[in-house]
Amino acid sequence: MSVLLKLNNIETFIGQYHILQGVSLEVKKGEVTVLLGRNGAGKTTTLRTIMALNPASKGSVVFRDQEIQNLPTYTIAQRGIGYVPEDQGIFAGLTVEENMKVAMQKDNEETHKRLDYILNLFPDLKKFWKKPGGLLSGGQKQMLSIARAYVNENELLLIDEPSKGLAPIVVEKVMESILQMKEQTTIVLVEQNFMMASTIGDCFYIIDDGRTVSNGTMKQLKEDEEMKRKYLGIA
Amino acid sequence: MELLFNLTLNGLATGMLIFLLAAGLTLIFGLMDVLNFAHGGLFAWGAYSGIWIYSTTGSFIIGILGAILTGFLLGIITEKWIIKPVYGNHVQQILITLGLMLVLSEMLKVIWGPNQLSANPPDYLQGSWEIGGMIIIKYRVFIIFVGFLVFAGVQYLLKNTKIGLVVRAGVMNKEMVQALGINIKKVFMFVFMIGSGMAALGGVLFGPYSGVIHAGMGMEFAILAFIVVVIGGMGNFTGSVMAAILVGLSGSFMAYYVPELSLAVNMLLMAVVLIVKPQGLFGGKG
Repeated sequence: MSVLLKLNNIETFIGQYHILQGVSLEVKKGEVTVLLGRNGAGKTTTLRTIMALNPASKGSVVFRDQEIQNLPTYTIAQRGIGYVPEDQGIFAGLTVEENMKVAMQKDNEETHKRLDYILNLFPDLKKFWKKPGGLLSGGQKQMLSIARAYVNENELLLIDEPSKGLAPIVVEKVMESILQMKEQTTIVLVEQNFMMASTIGDCFYIIDDGRTVSNGTMKQLKEDEEMKRKYLGIA
Repeated sequence: MELLFNLTLNGLATGMLIFLLAAGLTLIFGLMDVLNFAHGGLFAWGAYSGIWIYSTTGSFIIGILGAILTGFLLGIITEKWIIKPVYGNHVQQILITLGLMLVLSEMLKVIWGPNQLSANPPDYLQGSWEIGGMIIIKYRVFIIFVGFLVFAGVQYLLKNTKIGLVVRAGVMNKEMVQALGINIKKVFMFVFMIGSGMAALGGVLFGPYSGVIHAGMGMEFAILAFIVVVIGGMGNFTGSVMAAILVGLSGSFMAYYVPELSLAVNMLLMAVVLIVKPQGLFGGKG
């Protein structure tokens, strides 16, 4: 399987803080790669560094065999990386329809096909099409955020903690939808919920203190009690 | 009744002129987080360039178009060379835009001389109508009409076009707009250009309204515009028109009934809003 995204020894500062101190990982096409680690380990910053929202000060980010770490965020998005931030990034004053319109980079048949697909996957968005994004429930906001990233022909989706703050039944729904999207796109997922991560993920990277400390297949991680206890706090 | 009607008409006309200045200011602040103290300078430049073109060509319409074009050009230059280097730093923004305000005002004196210039409405907008015993001054109605037309046009742009949606989205979350593949810097430039064009339009309309224009007019009106932005909610476009009308009307009525308080009333209004509802009467960004 070909490598779609590669991070080589990335270092990132936020202000004076040295958050990422050597993150290296490979994302294979068609797989779901899960970033795991404790709170504050650097998972979110890794996604933000890929999008150049917190640009890397050292190392390289290679997407489809081209270095992208020096490109502006909008160019990276145009090259085919969709981003679902931890706080969902919904435009609260815009309706669901307007949120989707802002996100749609093209107005062609393929984009409308993808829009239909995602609205069938999340019928709530269709139901509340004219409702302001700020008035949606937490789960609906998450669905909208994922839908915005998916509607363009992105080859890679970066999804940051989609289960955060959601009720278990909603988490299940979001998980199901990501499983369906997995058939069509490559995903990098940051997730604290190990049940969700292990169900969706094909492989994993553990980030600790701003460094990648371990990686492998999800099957290996499930069987490695020592690693789960050491880095994820799962007994 | 006639008095009330005239005071209202006067207040609305003044309110619309303030709105043209404040609307750009609030959009620029809302989207770009930029405190542009030079905005009044663009108002004055719109007045001088527009009135000069009007007196040279004899066409008020060409004068208006020329003023808007001047606003667009100055807006682009200001954003690209003055504002861009100080994005994200409010202290530097205040210093550099205040400096630019002074430069713009002084340049007016260099080009058109230190004396004030007179400006009259074109023949077809001079005089008044008499309806039901009430005198309606044509030029005031014209200003109100243009103000509402601009408001409706910008509202349409913001609500019904992709660029408008992007501007509104950018006011709410700039970072996310970029993560969706949109070059926010181009949007910044567009908003700055539109805001500057509106300020210049306000300036050229103000000329025949007051009868004279002078280099210091930008600063005087900018203060009122900042008050309007605070009252309407920083970044709130609809709030800016409502607050501008409020400030225009209160100024007009107070000037007649309690002239000693006519200047202080707007400051008082702003102080009350800041104490009671610091995010503005019509909410914050949106």
